[in-house]
Amino acid sequence: MSKLVLRDVVKNYGDFTAVDHVNLSIDEGEFVSLLGPSGCGKTTTLRMIAGFIPPTQGTIEMDGQVLSSPNSSLPPERRQMSMIFQSYAIWPNMTVAENVGFGLKLRKLPAAEVRQRTHEILEVVQMSHLADRYPAELSGGQQQRVALARAIVVKPSVLLLDEPLSNLDANLREEMRFEIRRLHDEFRITTVYVTHDQGEAMVTSDRIAVMSAGRIEQIDAPYTLYNRPKSRFVAGFIGRTNFLEGKLAADKVTFDGFEIDARRFGAAFNGSDGSVRFSVRPQTLKLHSAPLANGAGGCVIGGKIVERSYLGETWDYVVSPNGANLQLRVSTLPSQVHDVGDDIWIEFDPEQMAVIA
Amino acid sequence: MTSTSTTIGELDTRRPAEHTWFRKFLNLEPINLLWLAIFLFLLVLVAAPIGYLIKVSFEETGTGVFTLGNYISAYGRSRYVSGLVNSVLLGLATAAVCVVIAVPMAWAVSRSNMPMKWLAWAVVLGSFILPPYLTAIGWILMAGPNSGWLNWGWMWLTGAESGIFNIYSFTGIVLVIAFNAFPFIFLFTKSALDLISTEMEEAAQILGADTFRTTLKVTLPLVWPSILGGIIIVFLEAIALFGVPALLGIPARINLVTTQLWQFFGYPLRLEVAAAYAMPLLLITLSLIYVQRLLLARKGYVSQSGKGGERRPIDIGGWRWVLLGWCFFIGLLAVFLPAGAIVQASLSKAWGLGMSWDNFTFDHYRAILFEHSLTREAIANSFTFAAGAAFIAISMALCVAYIVTRKLVPGANVLAFLCMAPFVIPGIVLAIGFYAAYASPPLALYGTALLIILAFTARFLPIAYGTSAAGMRSINPEMEEAVRILGGGRLRAIRSVVAPLLKKTLLGGWLLVFIPATRELSAAIFLVAPNTRVMSVLIYDMTEEGRFEVVSALGCIILVSTTFLVWLGFRLVGRDFMLRER
Repeated sequence: MSKLVLRDVVKNYGDFTAVDHVNLSIDEGEFVSLLGPSGCGKTTTLRMIAGFIPPTQGTIEMDGQVLSSPNSSLPPERRQMSMIFQSYAIWPNMTVAENVGFGLKLRKLPAAEVRQRTHEILEVVQMSHLADRYPAELSGGQQQRVALARAIVVKPSVLLLDEPLSNLDANLREEMRFEIRRLHDEFRITTVYVTHDQGEAMVTSDRIAVMSAGRIEQIDAPYTLYNRPKSRFVAGFIGRTNFLEGKLAADKVTFDGFEIDARRFGAAFNGSDGSVRFSVRPQTLKLHSAPLANGAGGCVIGGKIVERSYLGETWDYVVSPNGANLQLRVSTLPSQVHDVGDDIWIEFDPEQMAVIA
Repeated sequence: MTSTSTTIGELDTRRPAEHTWFRKFLNLEPINLLWLAIFLFLLVLVAAPIGYLIKVSFEETGTGVFTLGNYISAYGRSRYVSGLVNSVLLGLATAAVCVVIAVPMAWAVSRSNMPMKWLAWAVVLGSFILPPYLTAIGWILMAGPNSGWLNWGWMWLTGAESGIFNIYSFTGIVLVIAFNAFPFIFLFTKSALDLISTEMEEAAQILGADTFRTTLKVTLPLVWPSILGGIIIVFLEAIALFGVPALLGIPARINLVTTQLWQFFGYPLRLEVAAAYAMPLLLITLSLIYVQRLLLARKGYVSQSGKGGERRPIDIGGWRWVLLGWCFFIGLLAVFLPAGAIVQASLSKAWGLGMSWDNFTFDHYRAILFEHSLTREAIANSFTFAAGAAFIAISMALCVAYIVTRKLVPGANVLAFLCMAPFVIPGIVLAIGFYAAYASPPLALYGTALLIILAFTARFLPIAYGTSAAGMRSINPEMEEAVRILGGGRLRAIRSVVAPLLKKTLLGGWLLVFIPATRELSAAIFLVAPNTRVMSVLIYDMTEEGRFEVVSALGCIILVSTTFLVWLGFRLVGRDFMLRER
């Protein structure tokens, strides 16, 4: 059974719709990210789950019980959740140990157990040697670990994270995303994670919900999301991509200047003839300096290098197919060197071209 | 509906569809019930006195019938009208003197390489510590006709028959108030100058302007809106001040609004006419504060340049000694001489006899501290009333600041408005309003400590609110949300996190109310009864009787306690204490 369910949740501020009919159900022990650009409603959604904001419409349910509805909203302190804030919100007037033990004390646990569990969790996040320090004496990363420990130690029914890594520098951010996933693998707490960083979402999540303008555009596992985006927004937001527009007629998809046999695409078309849009990742295209021997069913076309930039790990080429008013980004290995103006042959892999709405 | 317990660890299982109102009640936060109580108390504190003031001004004495007669009485005699005119002239003259005193000081501290800048700060701080009525008394001791020290000196030097200084004059009043009020213009100008990048001045210099021209044509015009803001504050201070006009103006028969109001409060009491006569003071203050807000909201042109860039002090050569001399001279007139005269008088058997061992005595201190119950009570009253008012003001202000910054109730801004409203009500007007609202039955608070404590609370509520609101803004709401998501209620969050974090701010705010409340005269003089007199009122009464030695000893107690409290404030809060905004 689903642990946490958002049913048709809407949040309006005056005329502005921050969250627009969101439906989401999260399984026990699942890690779901809400990913989207700023202002897409992801933090509002998270704060509604936490109970800081009541929904304008719809319900939020946990274990089959309604927590939030437009009429009444259970206050956050009675939801058995915990949360990690963008600012960490480590209380500066308490030591690390007092911070971590606070939630346990609120649950009226005996002092010995509070001490014991505080100690254990600080071991887990490798902070036990700093238990008696005050937060002002800690680095950003250490504060982050305290925030994690404080949230996890109470064994919450749901753990909420609101852009927890956005205040850390790049290296630390990289390290902490693995740390967060490690803690999830260890404790299996149902988690909702809000971020605008696709890398974070990809590393940590079981499923990612991509949000835009208050709506969930697509919710899928990271692999599916990247390789089979369903909309132009998702394809463009997660990683880089090329958009191709084609016309489906008979058994062929006709693009600007070339065509591909419709049966070769991995995805089935909706059946109706007409225009079809594709997302083509730059690294699924291949460049050849000579035409391939066996025409490969019309999936290779001639073109020219228009621009190039060397990024160290890859070459980034912009190519223009002959006879087409079209520019495509292609990402290749560093060893594959072409000059601007060179004639080139571009190979498409229809299996990896995602049909988008 | 058997179980209503909602302890931590259980989830509320009722569906929202059933018993909606009941769930709503259960999910209600206790703090929401608090705001209504606060709202009512603020009405008592702020709205009712002003409401009553206006109402009474239209009522016939005794009968309460509507009449315009009070306004006719108040503005029907040329003597009363000239009081208004004199007050406006006083305000303008004082503001002009303050600009002359303070703008060069501010420029020197902010822009030049003048040495010993701390001296300017010491003068400003000293001037804040010295209440206006004590400056006036110090100057009476120095420049009273014939008897004052300066006049003695003049007669000794020239052999003249009489002295040349007379502090009991319009000029005297202007100078004494200016010596107290110039820090406002200093602080306004200094903080605006601090925002101007040196590059602005260098841009003028590279085109050929010298330092003097640059300052006159570029720097000062840039800070003009701030200077004007300071001028408005000084003007309002001057026209609403009671102590100095009463001490220096009444003997000289110079009629001003505040002293005229005081005379309406004499025998027979003409409360209704006083209320009508207080209206211009209220209206002028309201409109000028509004103008000042507009001026400072634009912030001149200064804020446009953002961070302001680097600032280097300008080398002004020998002029830096001239400016330093100016600061020292002002310090002498505004702080060191008057304070010195008071200290000398307080330690003399008779102050006119000058400094000698024969004339030295501690008797006055012994008398006021241990012998006279009148002075002992007044000292105790001052401190307890001030402590009570500071406590109430800061608690109220914190609650309101919390409700406003956390947007707990719709329309919370009304509460903030009520807290800030006394800022535009002159103390003397507020006191008359309190008298009108609460002195007579049914409440009959006249003669009670409560009346004075409430009036002080209302008078200084804006200071308390400003401090509390700044403190609340500095606390990230996530700090509290972290408590709540872990299972603590809002009150718990306040107790465990907000209160400890605001400790210093609140203590600083408490001191900021306590200090002026221990020395407040204009609000107190209309409300005290014989048994609720405070130090400032006693000083005023005894000065009228000419007992300058005892008055000076009381004054010294105020000075010492204020200095100590200011020091304490600096220790607790740091450099920003007192000098931050005002």
